[in-house]
Amino acid sequence: MTHRTLAVVSAGLSQPSSTRLLADQLAAATRDELVRRGSEVELHVVDLREYAHDVVNNLLTGFAPAALRQVIDMVTGADGLIAVTPIFSASYNGLFKSFFDVLDKESLVDRPVLIGATGGTARHSLALEHAVRPMFAYLRSVVVPTAVFAAPEDWSDGSADGALRGRIRRAAGELADQIERRPPATGPADPFALTTDFLQMLGRGNDAPVS
Amino acid sequence: MQFGVFTVGDVTVDPTTGREPTEHERIKAMVAIALKAEEVGLDVFATGEHHNPPFVPSSPTTMMGHIAARTERLLLSTATTLITTNDPVKIAEDYAMLQHLSDGRVDLMMGRGNTGPVYPWFGKDIRAGIPLAIENYDLLHRLWREDVVDWKGKYRTPLQSFTSTPRPLDGVPPFVWHGSIRSPEIAEQAAYYGDGFFANHIFWPKEHTQRMVALYRQRYAHYGHGTADQAIVGLGGQVFMRRNSQDAVREFRPYFDNAPVYGHGPSLEEFTRETPLTVGSPQQVIDRTLGFREYVGDYQRQLFLMDHAGLPLKTVLEQLDLLGEEVVPVLRKEFAALRPAHVPEAPTHASLVAAAGGAKDSTVHAVDDVTGKAPEGATR
Repeated sequence: MTHRTLAVVSAGLSQPSSTRLLADQLAAATRDELVRRGSEVELHVVDLREYAHDVVNNLLTGFAPAALRQVIDMVTGADGLIAVTPIFSASYNGLFKSFFDVLDKESLVDRPVLIGATGGTARHSLALEHAVRPMFAYLRSVVVPTAVFAAPEDWSDGSADGALRGRIRRAAGELADQIERRPPATGPADPFALTTDFLQMLGRGNDAPVS
Repeated sequence: MQFGVFTVGDVTVDPTTGREPTEHERIKAMVAIALKAEEVGLDVFATGEHHNPPFVPSSPTTMMGHIAARTERLLLSTATTLITTNDPVKIAEDYAMLQHLSDGRVDLMMGRGNTGPVYPWFGKDIRAGIPLAIENYDLLHRLWREDVVDWKGKYRTPLQSFTSTPRPLDGVPPFVWHGSIRSPEIAEQAAYYGDGFFANHIFWPKEHTQRMVALYRQRYAHYGHGTADQAIVGLGGQVFMRRNSQDAVREFRPYFDNAPVYGHGPSLEEFTRETPLTVGSPQQVIDRTLGFREYVGDYQRQLFLMDHAGLPLKTVLEQLDLLGEEVVPVLRKEFAALRPAHVPEAPTHASLVAAAGGAKDSTVHAVDDVTGKAPEGATR
Protein backbone atom coordinates (compact mmCIF):
# COMPACT_ATOMS: atom_id res chain seq x y z
CA MET A 1 0.00 0.00 0.00
CA THR A 2 1.44 3.37 -1.02
CA HIS A 3 1.87 5.87 1.78
CA ARG A 4 0.84 9.42 0.89
CA THR A 5 1.02 12.63 2.87
CA LEU A 6 -1.40 15.45 2.31
CA ALA A 7 -0.70 18.96 3.63
CA VAL A 8 -3.69 21.21 4.21
CA VAL A 9 -3.10 24.92 4.73
CA SER A 10 -5.94 27.16 5.87
CA ALA A 11 -5.49 30.92 6.11
CA GLY A 12 -8.85 31.54 7.81
CA LEU A 13 -8.60 34.15 10.54
CA SER A 14 -11.80 33.69 12.54
CA GLN A 15 -12.53 30.77 14.80
CA PRO A 16 -14.49 28.81 13.83
CA SER A 17 -13.64 29.57 10.24
CA SER A 18 -15.56 28.75 7.05
CA THR A 19 -12.16 28.62 5.29
CA ARG A 20 -11.08 25.86 7.64
CA LEU A 21 -14.41 24.12 7.12
CA LEU A 22 -13.85 24.11 3.35
CA ALA A 23 -10.26 22.95 3.83
CA ASP A 24 -11.44 20.04 5.98
CA GLN A 25 -14.02 18.98 3.40
CA LEU A 26 -11.48 19.13 0.58
CA ALA A 27 -9.03 17.16 2.71
CA ALA A 28 -11.57 14.49 3.64
CA ALA A 29 -12.72 14.08 0.05
CA THR A 30 -9.14 13.77 -1.25
CA ARG A 31 -8.18 11.34 1.48
CA ASP A 32 -11.26 9.18 0.78
CA GLU A 33 -10.46 9.16 -2.92
CA LEU A 34 -6.83 8.13 -2.36
CA VAL A 35 -7.86 5.48 0.14
CA ARG A 36 -10.46 4.15 -2.28
CA ARG A 37 -7.66 3.73 -4.81
CA GLY A 38 -5.57 1.81 -2.33
CA SER A 39 -3.28 4.38 -0.72
CA GLU A 40 -2.70 4.97 2.94
CA VAL A 41 -3.06 8.70 3.69
CA GLU A 42 -1.47 10.83 6.38
CA LEU A 43 -3.22 14.18 6.71
CA HIS A 44 -1.66 17.29 8.27
CA VAL A 45 -3.84 20.36 8.67
CA VAL A 46 -2.34 23.75 9.49
CA ASP A 47 -4.23 26.83 10.61
CA LEU A 48 -1.82 29.59 9.59
CA ARG A 49 -3.34 31.91 12.19
CA GLU A 50 -1.47 29.90 14.86
CA TYR A 51 1.81 30.79 13.13
CA ALA A 52 0.99 34.37 12.14
CA HIS A 53 3.67 35.93 14.39
CA ASP A 54 6.25 33.38 13.32
CA VAL A 55 5.51 34.11 9.65
CA VAL A 56 6.06 37.85 10.19
CA ASN A 57 9.22 37.16 12.20
CA ASN A 58 10.46 34.99 9.37
CA LEU A 59 9.85 37.83 6.90
CA LEU A 60 11.89 40.17 9.11
CA THR A 61 14.75 37.93 10.27
CA GLY A 62 15.11 35.63 7.28
CA PHE A 63 14.71 32.40 9.22
CA ALA A 64 11.74 30.38 10.44
CA PRO A 65 11.36 29.89 14.18
CA ALA A 66 11.38 26.21 15.15
CA ALA A 67 7.59 25.71 15.23
CA LEU A 68 7.12 27.30 11.80
CA ARG A 69 10.11 25.37 10.45
CA GLN A 70 8.25 22.14 11.21
CA VAL A 71 5.17 23.39 9.35
CA ILE A 72 7.26 24.45 6.35
CA ASP A 73 9.03 21.10 6.24
CA MET A 74 5.69 19.32 6.45
CA VAL A 75 4.13 21.39 3.64
CA THR A 76 7.15 21.26 1.32
CA GLY A 77 7.67 17.56 1.96
CA ALA A 78 4.08 16.36 1.31
CA ASP A 79 2.77 14.50 -1.75
CA GLY A 80 -0.04 16.98 -2.25
CA LEU A 81 -1.15 20.35 -0.96
CA ILE A 82 -4.60 21.77 -0.34
CA ALA A 83 -4.37 25.55 0.07
CA VAL A 84 -7.42 27.52 1.13
CA THR A 85 -7.71 31.25 1.78
CA PRO A 86 -10.42 33.76 2.50
CA ILE A 87 -10.66 36.39 -0.25
CA PHE A 88 -9.76 39.87 1.02
CA SER A 89 -9.80 42.90 -1.29
CA ALA A 90 -10.02 40.81 -4.45
CA SER A 91 -7.15 38.44 -3.56
CA TYR A 92 -5.74 35.95 -1.05
CA ASN A 93 -5.30 37.40 2.41
CA GLY A 94 -1.94 38.69 3.56
CA LEU A 95 -1.27 35.77 5.87
CA PHE A 96 -1.73 33.25 3.06
CA LYS A 97 0.62 35.16 0.76
CA SER A 98 3.18 35.76 3.51
CA PHE A 99 3.33 32.06 4.30
CA PHE A 100 4.08 31.18 0.69
CA ASP A 101 6.52 34.10 0.53
CA VAL A 102 8.74 32.53 3.20
CA LEU A 103 8.97 29.18 1.44
CA ASP A 104 11.95 28.51 -0.77
CA LYS A 105 10.63 29.31 -4.23
CA GLU A 106 11.78 25.94 -5.59
CA SER A 107 10.14 23.98 -2.80
CA LEU A 108 6.75 23.39 -4.43
CA VAL A 109 7.90 22.74 -7.99
CA ASP A 110 5.76 20.01 -9.66
CA ARG A 111 3.71 19.64 -6.48
CA PRO A 112 0.03 18.78 -7.01
CA VAL A 113 -2.02 21.57 -5.45
CA LEU A 114 -5.75 22.01 -4.95
CA ILE A 115 -6.78 25.61 -4.34
CA GLY A 116 -9.88 26.78 -2.52
CA ALA A 117 -11.29 30.02 -1.20
CA THR A 118 -14.18 31.46 0.74
CA GLY A 119 -15.78 34.88 0.55
CA GLY A 120 -18.73 36.94 1.61
CA THR A 121 -20.37 36.72 -1.83
CA ALA A 122 -20.00 34.50 -4.90
CA ARG A 123 -18.78 37.57 -6.82
CA HIS A 124 -15.32 36.96 -5.26
CA SER A 125 -15.00 33.50 -6.78
CA LEU A 126 -12.77 34.35 -9.74
CA ALA A 127 -10.10 35.63 -7.37
CA LEU A 128 -9.05 31.98 -7.28
CA GLU A 129 -8.31 32.14 -11.00
CA HIS A 130 -6.86 35.64 -11.12
CA ALA A 131 -4.79 35.64 -7.92
CA VAL A 132 -4.32 32.26 -6.29
CA ARG A 133 -3.69 30.15 -9.39
CA PRO A 134 -1.05 32.53 -10.84
CA MET A 135 0.84 32.51 -7.55
CA PHE A 136 1.18 28.73 -7.72
CA ALA A 137 1.99 28.98 -11.42
CA TYR A 138 4.93 31.18 -10.42
CA LEU A 139 5.99 28.50 -7.91
CA ARG A 140 5.67 26.00 -10.80
CA SER A 141 3.24 23.84 -8.89
CA VAL A 142 0.66 21.73 -10.70
CA VAL A 143 -2.70 23.25 -9.77
CA VAL A 144 -5.66 21.00 -10.56
CA PRO A 145 -8.23 22.43 -13.00
CA THR A 146 -11.08 22.63 -10.49
CA ALA A 147 -10.64 25.37 -7.91
CA VAL A 148 -13.28 25.36 -5.20
CA PHE A 149 -14.95 28.54 -4.00
CA ALA A 150 -17.51 28.46 -1.20
CA ALA A 151 -19.91 31.42 -0.79
CA PRO A 152 -22.39 31.76 2.08
CA GLU A 153 -25.20 30.23 0.00
CA ASP A 154 -23.11 27.10 -0.55
CA TRP A 155 -23.16 26.41 3.16
CA SER A 156 -26.88 27.15 3.49
CA ASP A 157 -27.54 24.62 0.70
CA GLY A 158 -26.31 22.05 3.18
CA SER A 159 -22.85 20.71 2.48
CA ALA A 160 -24.06 17.12 2.05
CA ASP A 161 -25.39 17.23 -1.48
CA GLY A 162 -25.31 20.80 -2.85
CA ALA A 163 -23.35 22.00 -5.83
CA LEU A 164 -20.40 22.64 -3.53
CA ARG A 165 -20.22 18.99 -2.65
CA GLY A 166 -20.02 18.09 -6.32
CA ARG A 167 -17.18 20.54 -6.94
CA ILE A 168 -15.30 19.27 -3.91
CA ARG A 169 -15.59 15.69 -5.16
CA ARG A 170 -14.42 16.61 -8.66
CA ALA A 171 -11.46 18.64 -7.35
CA ALA A 172 -10.48 15.86 -4.93
CA GLY A 173 -10.50 13.35 -7.78
CA GLU A 174 -8.25 15.61 -9.85
CA LEU A 175 -5.81 16.05 -6.98
CA ALA A 176 -5.74 12.30 -6.32
CA ASP A 177 -4.99 11.74 -10.04
CA GLN A 178 -2.03 14.10 -9.94
CA ILE A 179 -0.68 12.61 -6.70
CA GLU A 180 -0.95 9.08 -8.05
CA ARG A 181 1.09 9.96 -11.13
CA ARG A 182 4.08 10.72 -8.96
CA PRO A 183 6.33 8.57 -6.80
CA PRO A 184 5.83 9.10 -3.06
CA ALA A 185 7.49 12.29 -1.76
CA THR A 186 10.84 11.97 -0.07
CA GLY A 187 10.45 14.89 2.32
CA PRO A 188 11.72 18.48 2.19
CA ALA A 189 14.88 19.31 0.25
CA ASP A 190 18.08 19.82 2.26
CA PRO A 191 19.25 23.43 1.73
CA PHE A 192 22.73 22.56 3.01
CA ALA A 193 23.36 19.69 0.63
CA LEU A 194 26.46 20.19 -1.50
CA THR A 195 25.45 19.64 -5.11
CA THR A 196 28.83 20.27 -6.72
CA ASP A 197 32.47 19.89 -5.83
CA PHE A 198 35.17 22.47 -5.80
CA LEU A 199 36.98 21.61 -9.01
CA GLN A 200 33.71 21.85 -10.90
CA MET A 201 33.07 25.25 -9.34
CA LEU A 202 36.56 26.30 -10.31
CA GLY A 203 35.94 25.01 -13.83
CA ARG A 204 38.96 22.71 -13.73
CA GLY A 205 39.51 19.02 -14.24
CA ASN A 206 41.15 16.92 -11.57
CA ASP A 207 43.82 19.22 -10.20
CA ALA A 208 45.24 18.37 -6.83
CA PRO A 209 44.68 20.94 -4.09
CA VAL A 210 47.40 23.55 -3.88
CA SER A 211 48.66 23.76 -0.33
CA MET B 1 41.79 28.87 21.49
CA GLN B 2 41.52 32.46 20.35
CA PHE B 3 38.92 34.88 21.68
CA GLY B 4 38.06 38.27 20.35
CA VAL B 5 35.50 40.71 19.04
CA PHE B 6 34.16 41.46 15.57
CA THR B 7 32.45 44.65 14.58
CA VAL B 8 30.16 45.51 11.71
CA GLY B 9 30.93 49.21 12.03
CA ASP B 10 27.33 50.38 11.82
CA VAL B 11 26.32 53.95 12.64
CA THR B 12 23.07 53.45 14.52
CA VAL B 13 20.92 55.75 16.65
CA ASP B 14 21.06 55.00 20.36
CA PRO B 15 17.35 54.29 20.89
CA THR B 16 17.52 55.32 24.55
CA THR B 17 18.79 58.83 23.79
CA GLY B 18 17.85 59.35 20.13
CA ARG B 19 21.44 60.34 19.41
CA GLU B 20 23.30 59.09 16.34
CA PRO B 21 27.10 59.13 16.44
CA THR B 22 28.99 60.84 13.65
CA GLU B 23 31.15 58.75 11.32
CA HIS B 24 34.19 60.23 13.01
CA GLU B 25 32.97 59.20 16.45
CA ARG B 26 32.16 55.71 15.23
CA ILE B 27 35.54 55.23 13.58
CA LYS B 28 37.32 56.38 16.73
CA ALA B 29 35.05 54.14 18.81
CA MET B 30 36.06 51.13 16.72
CA VAL B 31 39.70 51.91 17.38
CA ALA B 32 39.00 52.36 21.11
CA ILE B 33 37.28 48.96 21.12
CA ALA B 34 40.30 47.34 19.46
CA LEU B 35 42.72 48.90 21.96
CA LYS B 36 40.45 47.80 24.81
CA ALA B 37 40.37 44.27 23.40
CA GLU B 38 44.13 44.06 23.77
CA GLU B 39 44.06 45.69 27.21
CA VAL B 40 41.59 43.15 28.62
CA GLY B 41 43.54 40.21 27.21
CA LEU B 42 41.54 39.28 24.13
CA ASP B 43 43.39 37.84 21.13
CA VAL B 44 41.58 39.10 18.03
CA PHE B 45 39.91 42.25 16.70
CA ALA B 46 38.09 41.86 13.39
CA THR B 47 36.41 44.61 11.40
CA GLY B 48 33.74 44.37 8.75
CA GLU B 49 34.05 45.91 5.31
CA HIS B 50 31.15 47.88 3.86
CA HIS B 51 30.74 50.43 1.11
CA ASN B 52 27.33 51.85 1.92
CA PRO B 53 25.77 53.86 4.76
CA PRO B 54 25.11 53.33 7.64
CA PHE B 55 28.50 51.58 7.80
CA VAL B 56 31.90 53.26 8.16
CA PRO B 57 34.62 50.63 7.59
CA SER B 58 35.19 50.94 3.83
CA SER B 59 38.96 50.86 4.22
CA PRO B 60 39.88 48.05 6.62
CA THR B 61 43.64 47.97 6.10
CA THR B 62 43.93 51.70 6.86
CA MET B 63 42.18 51.15 10.17
CA MET B 64 44.09 47.96 10.91
CA GLY B 65 47.44 49.55 10.12
CA HIS B 66 46.63 52.29 12.61
CA ILE B 67 45.55 49.76 15.26
CA ALA B 68 48.61 47.61 14.58
CA ALA B 69 50.83 50.62 15.35
CA ARG B 70 49.08 51.15 18.67
CA THR B 71 49.00 47.53 19.89
CA GLU B 72 51.58 44.89 20.75
CA ARG B 73 50.02 41.45 20.47
CA LEU B 74 46.45 41.86 19.21
CA LEU B 75 45.75 39.82 16.07
CA LEU B 76 43.91 41.84 13.42
CA SER B 77 41.37 40.25 11.16
CA THR B 78 38.34 41.02 9.02
CA ALA B 79 34.71 40.04 9.18
CA THR B 80 34.57 39.98 6.27
CA THR B 81 36.83 41.03 3.38
CA LEU B 82 34.72 41.27 0.24
CA ILE B 83 36.27 38.73 -2.10
CA THR B 84 33.60 39.44 -4.70
CA THR B 85 33.82 43.19 -5.27
CA ASN B 86 37.47 43.84 -4.32
CA ASP B 87 40.19 43.24 -6.84
CA PRO B 88 42.12 40.19 -5.61
CA VAL B 89 45.34 41.91 -6.70
CA LYS B 90 44.65 44.82 -4.37
CA ILE B 91 43.74 42.45 -1.52
CA ALA B 92 47.04 40.60 -2.06
CA GLU B 93 49.00 43.86 -1.94
CA ASP B 94 47.12 45.56 0.91
CA TYR B 95 47.18 42.63 3.29
CA ALA B 96 50.77 41.67 2.55
CA MET B 97 51.70 45.29 3.36
CA LEU B 98 49.69 45.07 6.57
CA GLN B 99 51.37 41.78 7.40
CA HIS B 100 54.79 43.46 7.24
CA LEU B 101 53.70 46.51 9.22
CA SER B 102 52.05 44.42 11.95
CA ASP B 103 54.89 41.85 12.06
CA GLY B 104 52.52 39.08 11.09
CA ARG B 105 49.61 39.95 13.35
CA VAL B 106 47.04 39.68 10.58
CA ASP B 107 44.69 37.19 9.03
CA LEU B 108 41.55 37.62 6.92
CA MET B 109 38.09 36.27 6.58
CA MET B 110 36.62 36.16 3.09
CA GLY B 111 32.95 36.91 2.56
CA ARG B 112 30.74 37.71 -0.40
CA GLY B 113 28.59 40.62 0.81
CA ASN B 114 24.83 40.34 0.49
CA THR B 115 23.84 43.84 -0.66
CA GLY B 116 22.89 43.71 -4.33
CA PRO B 117 23.35 47.41 -5.20
CA VAL B 118 26.97 47.42 -3.92
CA TYR B 119 28.18 45.00 -6.60
CA PRO B 120 27.62 47.23 -9.66
CA TRP B 121 29.46 50.11 -7.95
CA PHE B 122 32.52 47.90 -8.33
CA GLY B 123 31.60 46.61 -11.76
CA LYS B 124 30.24 43.30 -10.51
CA ASP B 125 26.91 41.49 -10.30
CA ILE B 126 25.56 39.81 -7.15
CA ARG B 127 24.12 36.99 -9.24
CA ALA B 128 27.70 35.89 -9.86
CA GLY B 129 28.52 36.06 -6.13
CA ILE B 130 29.72 32.48 -5.73
CA PRO B 131 31.69 32.26 -9.03
CA LEU B 132 33.33 35.61 -8.16
CA ALA B 133 34.30 34.34 -4.72
CA ILE B 134 35.75 31.19 -6.26
CA GLU B 135 37.72 32.81 -9.07
CA ASN B 136 38.97 35.83 -7.12
CA TYR B 137 40.18 33.78 -4.20
CA ASP B 138 41.92 31.30 -6.43
CA LEU B 139 43.88 34.19 -7.92
CA LEU B 140 44.60 35.72 -4.52
CA HIS B 141 45.85 32.34 -3.29
CA ARG B 142 48.31 32.18 -6.19
CA LEU B 143 49.45 35.80 -5.88
CA TRP B 144 50.68 35.11 -2.35
CA ARG B 145 52.37 31.85 -3.25
CA GLU B 146 53.87 32.37 -6.71
CA ASP B 147 56.35 35.18 -7.30
CA VAL B 148 55.37 35.61 -10.94
CA VAL B 149 51.82 34.97 -12.03
CA ASP B 150 50.35 34.55 -15.49
CA TRP B 151 46.62 34.43 -15.13
CA LYS B 152 43.45 34.65 -17.16
CA GLY B 153 39.92 34.48 -15.79
CA LYS B 154 36.40 35.61 -16.37
CA TYR B 155 35.99 38.54 -14.02
CA ARG B 156 39.22 40.53 -14.21
CA THR B 157 41.85 41.75 -16.68
CA PRO B 158 44.41 39.02 -17.40
CA LEU B 159 47.81 39.21 -15.71
CA GLN B 160 51.12 38.63 -17.44
CA SER B 161 54.36 38.26 -15.50
CA PHE B 162 52.75 39.96 -12.55
CA THR B 163 54.43 40.07 -9.16
CA SER B 164 52.32 41.17 -6.23
CA THR B 165 54.44 43.23 -3.86
CA PRO B 166 55.39 43.21 -1.10
CA ARG B 167 55.80 39.46 -0.98
CA PRO B 168 54.25 37.90 2.14
CA LEU B 169 56.23 38.36 5.35
CA ASP B 170 58.80 35.57 5.87
CA GLY B 171 57.47 33.89 2.74
CA VAL B 172 54.25 32.88 4.54
CA PRO B 173 50.85 34.22 3.40
CA PRO B 174 48.32 35.36 6.00
CA PHE B 175 45.95 32.65 7.20
CA VAL B 176 42.53 32.84 5.57
CA TRP B 177 39.08 32.01 6.90
CA HIS B 178 36.00 31.79 4.71
CA GLY B 179 32.76 33.01 6.22
CA SER B 180 29.27 32.00 5.18
CA ILE B 181 25.89 31.64 6.81
CA ARG B 182 24.35 29.02 4.60
CA SER B 183 26.18 28.55 1.29
CA PRO B 184 27.58 25.02 1.21
CA GLU B 185 29.83 26.06 -1.70
CA ILE B 186 31.84 28.28 0.64
CA ALA B 187 32.33 25.50 3.19
CA GLU B 188 33.56 23.41 0.24
CA GLN B 189 35.94 26.19 -0.84
CA ALA B 190 37.44 26.50 2.65
CA ALA B 191 37.85 22.73 2.83
CA TYR B 192 39.52 22.49 -0.58
CA TYR B 193 42.31 24.90 0.36
CA GLY B 194 42.63 23.68 3.94
CA ASP B 195 41.71 27.20 5.07
CA GLY B 196 39.60 28.04 8.12
CA PHE B 197 35.82 28.18 8.07
CA PHE B 198 33.98 30.81 10.09
CA ALA B 199 30.27 30.51 10.82
CA ASN B 200 28.87 33.92 11.68
CA HIS B 201 26.60 32.23 14.23
CA ILE B 202 24.63 35.36 15.04
CA PHE B 203 21.12 36.34 13.97
CA TRP B 204 20.44 32.77 12.70
CA PRO B 205 19.53 29.47 14.32
CA LYS B 206 22.39 27.27 15.46
CA GLU B 207 21.27 24.54 13.05
CA HIS B 208 22.74 26.56 10.15
CA THR B 209 26.11 26.66 11.87
CA GLN B 210 25.96 23.01 12.81
CA ARG B 211 25.23 21.87 9.25
CA MET B 212 27.79 24.15 7.62
CA VAL B 213 30.58 23.22 10.03
CA ALA B 214 29.82 19.51 9.67
CA LEU B 215 30.02 19.81 5.88
CA TYR B 216 33.28 21.79 6.07
CA ARG B 217 34.87 19.23 8.43
CA GLN B 218 33.85 16.31 6.26
CA ARG B 219 35.22 17.94 3.09
CA TYR B 220 38.42 19.09 4.87
CA ALA B 221 39.16 15.46 5.59
CA HIS B 222 38.15 14.50 2.03
CA TYR B 223 40.77 16.86 0.60
CA GLY B 224 43.41 15.33 2.82
CA HIS B 225 44.31 18.22 5.10
CA GLY B 226 43.78 16.20 8.28
CA THR B 227 40.98 14.49 10.14
CA ALA B 228 37.58 16.16 10.33
CA ASP B 229 38.14 17.23 13.92
CA GLN B 230 41.42 18.93 12.95
CA ALA B 231 39.69 21.38 10.60
CA ILE B 232 39.97 25.04 11.65
CA VAL B 233 36.62 26.39 12.80
CA GLY B 234 35.65 29.84 14.05
CA LEU B 235 32.32 30.98 15.40
CA GLY B 236 30.65 34.30 16.04
CA GLY B 237 28.49 35.03 19.01
CA GLN B 238 26.45 37.88 20.40
CA VAL B 239 26.20 38.71 24.07
CA PHE B 240 25.17 41.44 26.46
CA MET B 241 26.12 41.07 30.10
CA ARG B 242 25.58 42.59 33.50
CA ARG B 243 26.46 40.96 36.79
CA ASN B 244 22.75 40.53 37.45
CA SER B 245 20.97 38.92 34.48
CA GLN B 246 17.74 40.93 34.95
CA ASP B 247 19.77 44.13 34.64
CA ALA B 248 21.27 42.86 31.39
CA VAL B 249 17.83 42.12 29.94
CA ARG B 250 16.38 45.46 31.07
CA GLU B 251 19.29 47.48 29.70
CA PHE B 252 19.63 45.62 26.38
CA ARG B 253 15.93 45.37 25.51
CA PRO B 254 15.52 48.83 23.87
CA TYR B 255 18.65 48.19 21.77
CA PHE B 256 17.34 44.76 20.82
CA ASP B 257 13.86 46.00 19.98
CA ASN B 258 15.18 48.69 17.64
CA ALA B 259 18.24 46.93 16.25
CA PRO B 260 18.92 46.78 12.52
CA VAL B 261 18.42 43.26 11.06
CA TYR B 262 16.12 41.76 13.70
CA GLY B 263 14.49 44.74 15.46
CA HIS B 264 10.70 45.13 15.47
CA GLY B 265 10.39 41.40 14.87
CA PRO B 266 10.74 38.60 17.40
CA SER B 267 10.90 39.33 21.12
CA LEU B 268 14.24 39.29 22.93
CA GLU B 269 13.15 36.06 24.60
CA GLU B 270 12.24 34.39 21.28
CA PHE B 271 15.45 35.52 19.61
CA THR B 272 17.54 34.33 22.55
CA ARG B 273 15.92 30.93 22.27
CA GLU B 274 16.14 30.66 18.47
CA THR B 275 19.67 32.08 17.93
CA PRO B 276 22.95 32.07 19.89
CA LEU B 277 22.26 35.55 21.37
CA THR B 278 22.81 35.50 25.13
CA VAL B 279 21.67 38.34 27.37
CA GLY B 280 22.42 37.75 31.02
CA SER B 281 25.17 37.27 33.58
CA PRO B 282 28.79 36.42 32.74
CA GLN B 283 28.11 32.91 34.04
CA GLN B 284 25.22 32.49 31.59
CA VAL B 285 27.50 33.62 28.76
CA ILE B 286 30.13 31.11 29.86
CA ASP B 287 27.62 28.26 29.99
CA ARG B 288 26.05 29.06 26.62
CA THR B 289 29.41 29.52 24.90
CA LEU B 290 30.77 26.23 26.22
CA GLY B 291 27.63 24.66 24.75
CA PHE B 292 28.63 25.74 21.20
CA ARG B 293 31.29 23.04 21.25
CA GLU B 294 28.60 20.39 21.63
CA TYR B 295 27.29 21.03 18.13
CA VAL B 296 30.40 22.12 16.21
CA GLY B 297 33.11 20.12 17.99
CA ASP B 298 36.35 21.55 19.35
CA TYR B 299 36.99 24.83 17.59
CA GLN B 300 39.73 27.40 17.33
CA ARG B 301 38.33 30.90 17.39
CA GLN B 302 35.40 32.60 19.13
CA LEU B 303 34.53 36.17 18.18
CA PHE B 304 31.79 38.17 19.89
CA LEU B 305 29.72 40.97 18.44
CA MET B 306 29.63 43.58 21.22
CA ASP B 307 29.11 47.00 19.68
CA HIS B 308 26.13 47.11 17.36
CA ALA B 309 22.57 48.48 17.53
CA GLY B 310 23.60 51.89 18.84
CA LEU B 311 25.16 50.77 22.13
CA PRO B 312 27.27 53.68 23.39
CA LEU B 313 31.04 53.26 23.53
CA LYS B 314 31.10 53.49 27.33
CA THR B 315 28.74 50.51 27.58
CA VAL B 316 30.73 48.52 25.02
CA LEU B 317 33.96 49.11 26.94
CA GLU B 318 32.24 47.91 30.14
CA GLN B 319 31.13 44.82 28.22
CA LEU B 320 34.72 44.19 27.14
CA ASP B 321 35.86 44.46 30.77
CA LEU B 322 33.37 41.76 31.73
CA LEU B 323 34.34 39.65 28.74
CA GLY B 324 38.07 39.94 29.38
CA GLU B 325 38.02 39.66 33.14
CA GLU B 326 35.23 37.21 33.92
CA VAL B 327 34.26 35.27 30.83
CA VAL B 328 37.27 34.57 28.62
CA PRO B 329 39.67 33.36 31.36
CA VAL B 330 37.11 30.70 32.34
CA LEU B 331 36.39 29.79 28.73
CA ARG B 332 40.11 29.45 27.96
CA LYS B 333 40.58 27.04 30.83
CA GLU B 334 37.43 25.00 30.18
CA PHE B 335 37.88 24.71 26.41
CA ALA B 336 41.56 23.80 26.82
CA ALA B 337 40.68 21.05 29.28
CA LEU B 338 38.13 19.58 26.85
CA ARG B 339 40.27 19.79 23.69
CA PRO B 340 42.10 16.57 22.69
CA ALA B 341 45.83 16.92 21.98
CA HIS B 342 45.55 16.16 18.25
CA VAL B 343 43.19 19.10 17.63
CA PRO B 344 45.32 22.09 16.55
CA GLU B 345 45.12 25.69 17.70
CA ALA B 346 44.22 28.37 15.14
CA PRO B 347 47.22 29.02 12.88
CA THR B 348 49.23 32.17 13.62
CA HIS B 349 52.09 33.72 11.70
CA ALA B 350 54.56 32.03 14.05
CA SER B 351 52.97 28.60 13.66
CA LEU B 352 52.77 28.98 9.87
CA VAL B 353 56.44 30.01 9.69
CA ALA B 354 57.39 27.01 11.82
CA ALA B 355 55.31 24.72 9.60
CA ALA B 356 57.07 26.14 6.53
CA GLY B 357 60.43 25.19 8.01
CA GLY B 358 61.37 28.67 9.18
CA ALA B 359 61.23 32.23 7.96
CA LYS B 360 62.71 33.13 4.62
CA ASP B 361 62.93 36.51 3.01
CA SER B 362 60.82 36.34 -0.10
CA THR B 363 61.69 39.71 -1.60
CA VAL B 364 61.53 39.70 -5.36
CA HIS B 365 64.30 41.86 -6.80
CA ALA B 366 63.73 43.55 -10.09
CA VAL B 367 65.78 42.52 -13.07
CA ASP B 368 67.78 45.35 -14.63
CA ASP B 369 66.15 46.22 -17.92
CA VAL B 370 69.45 47.02 -19.63
CA THR B 371 71.83 44.35 -18.36
CA GLY B 372 69.21 41.64 -17.67
CA LYS B 373 70.95 41.01 -14.36
CA ALA B 374 69.39 40.70 -10.95
CA PRO B 375 71.20 41.72 -7.73
CA GLU B 376 73.32 39.01 -6.18
CA GLY B 377 71.33 36.45 -4.21
CA ALA B 378 68.03 37.71 -5.56
CA THR B 379 65.17 35.35 -6.26
CA ARG B 380 63.37 35.76 -9.50
